[in-house]
Amino acid sequence: MKTNDVILRTVTKIVVFIILTFGVELFLSGHNNPGGGFIGGLVLSSAFVLLYLVFDVETVHKGIPFDFKKIAAFGVLLAVGTGVGAVIFGSSFLTQTFRELHLPVFGNTELATVVLFEAGVALTVVGVVVTIILSISEDV
Amino acid sequence: METLITILAGVLVTVAVYLLLSRNLIRVILGTAILSHAVHLLIMTMGGLKKGSVPLLGEHAEKYTDALPQALILTAIVISFAVTAFLLVLAYRTYKETGSDDLDTLRGFKNE
Amino acid sequence: MNNIVVMPMIIPLLTGIILIFLRSHVILQRVLGMLSIIAMTGVSIYILKRIQLDGILRIDFGGWLPPYGITFVADSFAMLLVLTTSIVTGILLIYAFSSIGKEHEKLFFYPFVFFLITGVNGSFLTGDLFNLFVCFEVMLLSSYVLITLGGRKIQLVESIKYVVINILSSWFFLLAIAYLYGAVGTLNMAHLSVRIAEVGQDPLLTVISLVFLLVFSLKSGLLLYYWLPGSYSAPPTAVTALFGALLTKVGIYAMFRVFTLIFYHDINVTHTIIGIMAVLTLVGGSIGALAYKDIRQIAVYNIVIAVGFILVGLAVSTEAAFQGSIYYLIHDMIIKALLFLLVGTMFYLTGTAKIEKMSGLIRNYPLLGWLFFITMISLTGIPPLSGFIGKLYIGQGTVETGSYILLVIGFMSSIIVLYSLLRIFLNCFWGETIISEEDEVPLKKGMLIPCVLFGILTITLGLGAEGLSTFVQDAAHTLMNPEVYIEAVLNSNQ
Repeated sequence: MKTNDVILRTVTKIVVFIILTFGVELFLSGHNNPGGGFIGGLVLSSAFVLLYLVFDVETVHKGIPFDFKKIAAFGVLLAVGTGVGAVIFGSSFLTQTFRELHLPVFGNTELATVVLFEAGVALTVVGVVVTIILSISEDV
Repeated sequence: METLITILAGVLVTVAVYLLLSRNLIRVILGTAILSHAVHLLIMTMGGLKKGSVPLLGEHAEKYTDALPQALILTAIVISFAVTAFLLVLAYRTYKETGSDDLDTLRGFKNE
Repeated sequence: MNNIVVMPMIIPLLTGIILIFLRSHVILQRVLGMLSIIAMTGVSIYILKRIQLDGILRIDFGGWLPPYGITFVADSFAMLLVLTTSIVTGILLIYAFSSIGKEHEKLFFYPFVFFLITGVNGSFLTGDLFNLFVCFEVMLLSSYVLITLGGRKIQLVESIKYVVINILSSWFFLLAIAYLYGAVGTLNMAHLSVRIAEVGQDPLLTVISLVFLLVFSLKSGLLLYYWLPGSYSAPPTAVTALFGALLTKVGIYAMFRVFTLIFYHDINVTHTIIGIMAVLTLVGGSIGALAYKDIRQIAVYNIVIAVGFILVGLAVSTEAAFQGSIYYLIHDMIIKALLFLLVGTMFYLTGTAKIEKMSGLIRNYPLLGWLFFITMISLTGIPPLSGFIGKLYIGQGTVETGSYILLVIGFMSSIIVLYSLLRIFLNCFWGETIISEEDEVPLKKGMLIPCVLFGILTITLGLGAEGLSTFVQDAAHTLMNPEVYIEAVLNSNQ
C-alpha cells in the first residue's frame, strides 16, 4: 500500500539528526551526570528505528550497510575488552583509569577507559534493539 | 513517602497479576513488564527514599543518596528490557507459526 | 589480586563474542569452541590446585574491595562444579558437531552455548547476591534462545511456558534481594553472613530466606518442577542434555551457598522445609518416572529425582552429607548428560520416543545398549560407578542426624530410578528386534564417541573417587564452616 507520508519523511530527515545528537550528548554527559551508555544507546537506536519505519528496510540498508548483530557483538567485545585490558596491565579485572597510558591511539587526549566501556554498552544496546525490531518487522 | 511508594508497588503487582492470569499472550507479556516495574520501585524504596546529592562526584553536599539501589535498578531494567524484547519476538513468532496468541489454544500442540 | 579467578567466565564470554563474527565459518567455530573449552578446563584445574595451597581465592572487580565492589570467590565447591561444567560442555559440543545441523550452527548456536556457560560459571563463582542474579539472567537469556532456536511449533509453545515461569522466578529473586537489602543493607554474601550472625536471624530474615528458597526451587526444580518436563523435551538433544546437566545444578548450587553461608541459623525452619520439599520432590519425580511411556519424559523425571536426592544432603547438613551432595552433583552432571544423549540418540535412530514402539535395539546397536546399561546402574548407585559414593555419604549423613524418613525415601527413589530405566532397557533394548538390517539407521561416530566418553567418565569418577576426595573434603569443610569463606572474602590483604 502506498501512503502519502511526505510530512513524516521530511520531518524525519531533520529529526533523525537531532535524535542522534541528543543520543551522543546523553552518552557523553553520562560521565559525571545522569546519562550514559545504556540511555544514549537507546536514544541512538530510536533514531535508527525511526529511519527503518519511515523508509523501507532496503533503502536504509543501502545507507547503513552494517549487520547490527555484529555491532552488538562488537559492543560487548569492547566492554569486556576494557576489563581484560586491565588484566593485561596488571590490575584487577574491570579496573578503569583516566590516564592516557591505556590508549596509545588517542595519545594526547585526556580520556577515561570507562568511555570505551560505555561506548561498548551503547553499541550493544543499538545493535540489540535494532536487531529485535528488524526481526519482528522483516517478514511483514 | 515510603508507604506511598510501597502501596504503588502493590497496585502495580495487582495489575500485573491480573494481566499474567489472562489468556492473551500479549497481556501476559505486558504483565511481566509491569511486574518488573513494581519490583524496581520496591528496590528503590528498600534502599530508603532520601533527599540528597548525586552520589557521583564532589565532597561538598551534606547528604548523599545511596547509589547501590539505583545501580541495581539500572541493571535490572536492562535485563527486564532484554527479556521483554525477547518475549515479544517469541510471541510474534509463535503467532506467525500457530496463528494464535491465545494460551488456551496453544495448549493443543503437545504431541506433534 | 587473582585475575585468574575471573577467567572461567571471561574465556567463554570472549569465545562467544568472537564466534558471532565467524557466523559462516562453521569449522572454525568448532575448532575455536573446543580450544576454548580446553583452556577453561586447564584454568579450572589450575585454580582448583591453587585453592588447596593458598586457600580460597578472590578477585575484586575494578579493585573495589568487598563489601563494596563485586567479587568473584573461588572455593573448592565452586571450582569443582566449574571444572565439571567445562568437561561436560566439551563432550556435549562433540555431540552437537554431528547432530545439531548446519542450520543451527549458522544461527549462532555455539555463541549462545558459550554465553550459557558464561552465566553458569559466573553463578558458581560470584560472591555477591545481585551479581548472582545477573549471572542467572545471562544463563537464562541464552537458554531462552537455545530452547527456541530452530523455531519448530512445539519448541515455541513450550518455550513460552519456560520463559514466563523463569521471568516470574527472577522477579521473586529481585524481590528477595530488595527485602534483604532493606533489612540488612548489604548484598555481598560474606558480609551478609557476618551481619546476620551479628543481629541474629529473626523471623523476618527467615521469611526472606524462604523467598530465596522459592526462587532457587523454581530454578532447580525442587518441588516446583511442573515446567520442567515440557520445556526439556522440546529442543534438540544436545541442548536438552546441556540443560539437564547444567541448569538445574546452578539452582542447587545457589541453594547450598545461600543456606550454608547466609541463612544457617534457623535450621529448624529452613532446613526442615527443604527436607520436606526434597521428600515431596523425590515422590513426585518417582511417580512421573513411573507414569510416562515417553523416554524423554522418563529421563526428565530422573532429573527431578536427582534434585530431590541432592537436597536431602542440604536438609541434613552434616559434613558427610555435604560431601555426598558434592559427589552426587558432579556425578549427576555427567550422568544426566549421558542419559539425555542416549535418549536423544535412541529417538534419532528410531524416530519415536514411545517405549512400546521400540524393541531389540541392542542387536542393532550393541555399544549403545551397554552404555545405557552402565548409565542405569550408575544412576542407581551400584558400587564401582560414580553414583555410589555420593549416595553412600548422603546416607551416612541422614543416619548421623537420625533423619530416617529422608534415608528411606532417598533410597526408595534409587529403586524407582532403577525400575524406570530398566523398563526402558527391557522394552527398547531387549526383546525381538524390529529393525531389519536394511532399515537400520547408521549410528554416527560423532554421536557414539561422546556417549563413550561420558561412560568412561562415570567409571573413572567411580573408581577414582579417591583422587577427588581432597577437593571434595575441602569443599564440604568450607560449606560446614562459613567463617573460612568469610575470612577469605573480607580479609582485605590478599
